[in-house]
Amino acid sequence: MTELHDIAQQLPSGLPSELPLGLAPRGYVGTIHRLAAGEAASALPHDELESRLIELGFVEGARVEILHEGILGRDPIAVRVDNVTIAIRRREAMAIIVG
Amino acid sequence: MHMALVGTPNSGKTSLFNALTGSKQKVANYPGVTVERKEGFFVTPNGRQVSVVDLPGTYSLRGRSPDEEITRDFVLGRAKGEVTPDFVLCVADSTNLRLTIRLLLELKATGRPLGLVLNMFDIAKRRGVTVDVPKLSASLGVPVVTSIAVRKGGTAELLRLTDEIAAQAQPQTKQNQWRPLSASELRATQREADRIIAACVSLPARPDTWSAKIDAVVLHPVAGLVVLLAILFVMFQAVFAWAQPLMEALSSAFDSLGQFVHDTLPAGLLQSFLQNGVISGVGSVIVFLPQIIIIFLVILLLEDFGYMARAAFLMDRIMGGAGLHGRAFIPLLSSFACAIPGIMATRVIDNRRDRLTTILIAPLMTCSARIPVYTLIISAFIPEKEVGGLFNLRGLVMFGLYAAGILSALGVSFVIKFFMLRDYQPAPFMLELPDYKLPRLNSIAIGIYTRAKMFLQRAGTTIFAMMVLIWFLASFPQPPAGAADPAINYSLAAIIGKAVAPLLAPVGFNWQIAVALIPGMAAREVAVAALGTVYAIEGGKEAAEQIGQVLATKWSLATALSLLAWYIFAPQCASTLAVIKRETGSWKWMALTFAYMLALAYAASLATYNVAMALGAG
Ligand SMILES: Nc1nc2c(ncn2[C@@H]2O[C@H](COP(=O)(O)OP(=O)(O)OP(=O)(O)O)[C@@H](O)[C@H]2O)c(=O)[nH]1
Ligand SMILES: [Mg+2]
Repeated sequence: MTELHDIAQQLPSGLPSELPLGLAPRGYVGTIHRLAAGEAASALPHDELESRLIELGFVEGARVEILHEGILGRDPIAVRVDNVTIAIRRREAMAIIVG
Repeated sequence: MHMALVGTPNSGKTSLFNALTGSKQKVANYPGVTVERKEGFFVTPNGRQVSVVDLPGTYSLRGRSPDEEITRDFVLGRAKGEVTPDFVLCVADSTNLRLTIRLLLELKATGRPLGLVLNMFDIAKRRGVTVDVPKLSASLGVPVVTSIAVRKGGTAELLRLTDEIAAQAQPQTKQNQWRPLSASELRATQREADRIIAACVSLPARPDTWSAKIDAVVLHPVAGLVVLLAILFVMFQAVFAWAQPLMEALSSAFDSLGQFVHDTLPAGLLQSFLQNGVISGVGSVIVFLPQIIIIFLVILLLEDFGYMARAAFLMDRIMGGAGLHGRAFIPLLSSFACAIPGIMATRVIDNRRDRLTTILIAPLMTCSARIPVYTLIISAFIPEKEVGGLFNLRGLVMFGLYAAGILSALGVSFVIKFFMLRDYQPAPFMLELPDYKLPRLNSIAIGIYTRAKMFLQRAGTTIFAMMVLIWFLASFPQPPAGAADPAINYSLAAIIGKAVAPLLAPVGFNWQIAVALIPGMAAREVAVAALGTVYAIEGGKEAAEQIGQVLATKWSLATALSLLAWYIFAPQCASTLAVIKRETGSWKWMALTFAYMLALAYAASLATYNVAMALGAG
């Protein structure tokens, strides 16, 4: 439970219990609840976007942490997914619902 | 036996391929290094001959980009005129098994015999990862071995396994049932993979703290960009400042050689051929070897360290403003060494428009073949001066030329974005950022050696052949007896040069430059060699003066600057054009590249020359 406590302290107050990774601030730590490719305005078809995310390890239950973000529009973000660091744009990260 | 190496990007397939076959294929620490199929051979401890094919890394067999399609087609036996592998070896990065094991489960549907190599086992051990290999093998139903591709003897287990497989040599019986997996099937496979990993692998949470610490600075939104700029600046300064002593040594060695030939051989055609054609021509290019080594060294170090993917991350949105994709950064940075591997590396970009844009602008990056041209002119015309007590004026001009190349590339990409390939939505950028690795001396040395060898081979073949041609054109026909002008004025070269010169007069080029530009179509540095030969012959048979000193007396500053501007854009590299044709599959794009670069070159030179003349640099 101390882990949850740490997270709560890092977050600006008022973050909902479930949110798209694309909106999360740097330092956010959470778990993937589900993928919602329909909610990202990506150029890719939904199924394709979902497949790519899964292929990079973004599956339900995986622990994610936003390590870094770019300078323009805080984009892209570098996300730790279990043991790997993946760079991804916020636009596509909108499809990853975390909590 | 035919074996194929498949695995997620950056898992060490090529390292393993090199270790097995003794090849020297390119290895570097970022995803997407290998973009071609490469075959090699080795003999197992029991004396069996095995053919092994190294393939581009991929996360699945779906084949989303040209490099992944190569892997898919080879594994599925769709590649025309190729054998189908009778054994597919899945290569995993042991510190990150999830994605490879999912890939392996997907590969089972192909029906081909499979094996799994847990590579980078040294790193996994250091991080405290333990794997129950027999259990993993039983759960997956395929043989599993560990390996350390970069260590001597690190492939012993794999060799043993290969022998066992080869000894069984049962013909492949199962049917290929592979088809692209739907998202839910992928998810199920990943779940299955995660379940197997949970049962067989213990992953203590000991992340790579070094990578985290370095990234805190390197990926910082502001500090990261400062670091990136500093790296580029040092790289371009280094090209000029650090190579100087070695270059001078080489240059005087060639001078003495020329002098020696001059003194020992009787005056005549043979003496002129060796002294003016071979030594002044080819020598004037070889002198630049140290600079070319430096630029390759810096790029190799960045690649091996694991910086390239970070730079792509930092630049993604910034380049996006000019209509470029983040994945374009690595190909473009490699193009500073040479545009050809740069253009090949665009195969990792899955969106066709992004890929085309990158291919079109890659030749604008200042490749190492321009270094001789730039250096020659800068040393002849720009005074050696300290600026601000820290920088060298010549180094700054060099930096300016690099910057001009980059800026014009961004400009061209911007124009393409707006006018040509408009129906476009930004393709996603998703890239694995690998952990940093200490660059390995051995692989750096091999990288440098390969590049230096290629450069010298070029000097010995293309450039030499062009020199023979130039020397011939500049020496024949011989002047009539009692002619007053220098002999070269009667030669074919002068006739051709003077015919072309009017076209180039508006940009301030004389006929000697015109002569040098024509064979310079083969490769940029040939122009330097050609100038060396033309002026050496024109200068008469006296001891060879250094070409730079000759230019300083014969050209105006305006002409020199104009030629520099020309070379920022000039499409003068036959091999690059050929690669563009091959990679885009059309003459149209090749012709377009040639035309737009030529137009820019002429416009830039015209502007530079006229401005310089107006400012009194005539
Ligand atoms: N410590 C260690 N490093 C390794 C090992 N195998 C490979 N490497 C390093 O891992 C990085 C990637 O190796 P490559 O052989 O280029 O990987 P690849 O799978 O061919 O990559 P792609 O061609 O991009 O798919 C390089 O920096 C290698 O030096 C290993 O067993 N141990
Ligand atoms: Mg490779």
